[in-house]
Amino acid sequence: MVERTVVVGSTSGLHARPAKLLVNAAKEQPAAVRLRVGDRPAIDTRSILAVLTARVKQGTEVTLEAEGDGAEAAVAALADLIARNLDEEGDEDE
Amino acid sequence: MSERVLGGGALGESAALAVAPAGQVGEVGTADEVGQVGEVRAAPGAGPQTAATSVLSGVGVSAGTAIGPVVRMTSPEPLPPPRPVADAAAERSAAERAVAELAADLAARAERLSGEAKEILEALAMIAEDPTLGDDVRRRVAAGTDAPHALTEAFDAQADLLREGGGYLAERAADLEDLRDRAVAAVLGRPIPGIPDPGHPFVLVAADLAPADTANLNPDQVLAIVTERGGPTSHTAILARGLGIPAIVAAAGATGIADGTNVAVDGTSGTVTVGVEPAANSADVPHARATRAARTQVDLADLGPGHTKDGHPVSLYLNIGSMKDVRTGAQGAGLLRTEFLFLGRKDSPSRAEQHAAYLELFNAFPGARVVIRTLDAGADKPLPFLALPDEENPALGVRGLRTARLRPEVLDDQLAAIASAAEAAACEVWVMAPMVATPAEAADFAARARAHGLQHVGAMVEIPAAALRAARLLEHLDFLSIGTNDLGQYTMAADRQDGRLPDLLDPWQPALLELIALAAEAGRAAGKPVGVCGEAAADPRLAAVLVGLGVTSLSMAAAAVPAVHAELSARTLRECRELAEQARDALDPAQARALASRS
Repeated sequence: MVERTVVVGSTSGLHARPAKLLVNAAKEQPAAVRLRVGDRPAIDTRSILAVLTARVKQGTEVTLEAEGDGAEAAVAALADLIARNLDEEGDEDE
Repeated sequence: MSERVLGGGALGESAALAVAPAGQVGEVGTADEVGQVGEVRAAPGAGPQTAATSVLSGVGVSAGTAIGPVVRMTSPEPLPPPRPVADAAAERSAAERAVAELAADLAARAERLSGEAKEILEALAMIAEDPTLGDDVRRRVAAGTDAPHALTEAFDAQADLLREGGGYLAERAADLEDLRDRAVAAVLGRPIPGIPDPGHPFVLVAADLAPADTANLNPDQVLAIVTERGGPTSHTAILARGLGIPAIVAAAGATGIADGTNVAVDGTSGTVTVGVEPAANSADVPHARATRAARTQVDLADLGPGHTKDGHPVSLYLNIGSMKDVRTGAQGAGLLRTEFLFLGRKDSPSRAEQHAAYLELFNAFPGARVVIRTLDAGADKPLPFLALPDEENPALGVRGLRTARLRPEVLDDQLAAIASAAEAAACEVWVMAPMVATPAEAADFAARARAHGLQHVGAMVEIPAAALRAARLLEHLDFLSIGTNDLGQYTMAADRQDGRLPDLLDPWQPALLELIALAAEAGRAAGKPVGVCGEAAADPRLAAVLVGLGVTSLSMAAAAVPAVHAELSARTLRECRELAEQARDALDPAQARALASRS
């Protein structure tokens, strides 16, 4: 199993736009990536409802985990996304 | 608008929570009976009436009149009783198909839209195809539950989880319920609930509108909107005003009007006259649409400056949040919000960047007056770069001018940029601070602004303390501008974000009018202007009341200007003062409205 711990970089935490971008990216990965906060049960990063109800704030340490083919790449891609401040990056709509 | 990707779902609160405004609704009777009671009367311009007409009363939230046939929004029918499942695999694929269709439909509708409406629908589609939800549905079907009940229970379980999250998450619960109703309709082969499309113009009647509904609304077909729930600051109200569609919320009994019944809707007085003659077929319906087009597209320059019938000037300004709100020919901008520059920023924009943005907006009003408001962050509009700590009760926390206590350099940079842009611009720039409570705050802000060379310095009156001490504030300031939405919420201790208290947030509340009168009187005594830039200014009848209270300018969305201009042109200042006197003396908003519409 591949595991990586990363600090949430987005100002709004894993909510609103950052949550949406994370879920969209998770769906594109070859392996299912789960996310753990502290000792709470792991959640599926492809589930917007699970991500939102996890209520993860900026600065929180989260652990990503996946297994099987493509696990390494999938965890790396999502870790990179979570570490960035997505609230500050361009919004194509306005 | 990135912070509102999943936003806009504050509507659709459960029926059990919806509170009917006391004394405003439920007055259903024949026009004659109602006329005798003296509470509600048929709206002016409501069209020919037959003996069978009756009148419903609600809160008018978007001005204008329209006549047309009612089409009710399909409300979800009750679930059929649970049935035993013989073929679990077939049941499971039926449920999966319903959810897939729902997600595909939302995604397809999102494709046709842009901006915030698109983001809302994309977010809804993402929720519809959520694997957590899907797994739960499958688990319930495997345990022997039929598809409609499995869907209902799974969506409701997620809605409950969101509600437990409170605040922002709790607002998403209504989205889940809306999706639930659509998925259940799909699996039962019933028509999908939503905005009807009868193929002709109609008056839309609904219990309430969800964001997914409003995003799908066709303004060419919807003549007017009447809802049973919602309040003056609800999603429905804001959307309708933006589109220039007459609208009434909190109209009890509206969903009892049969489809096809012709009604006359008066979004100014808040009355729906049921059973009027049809709009002389193709004659009046296009007329209503033309009127609406006129309201939204009229060249403001053709109207000329605002004034009463006897020539007393009342400046009519625009509320501006970005360049897209600018209309040519306006008398000026009465509220130029600056938050757009700061949204989603980690650091404050530089003075040079601010200078350029302000200058572009100032130059959109050559020769006119532009009242620019310094950054108004906090409560309902958190800004990441201010890094304000979480607050239990942000509406009463560090917001508006108070953020300068923590980050004074942000205010100074902004004032410097406003001053340099004002210097370069060909318009008269006034600057004001939001959420001023005390004369000391006013004095401090005025000193800062004047140190940067700004000559016209004022403050928003949004806190009752500021209205009560308006005269003391004006010892330091050149003008005041009343924000009626916030002043209303703080006067009535009723959260603007809470859809259950529309009666308390009604801008016709006599207590709110008293505070406006205090501020206006202080301005008159000091010989300084006092304007109103809240939603109240956009209600033509209330605009006349405000002028009667002594308000010297009104600022509103461009779509509201023609109706307010027309209303003021039809009344003398003395009539406005009589209206104001009556409204202040009224027992409640319903009586205030009734008295005002009698004159």
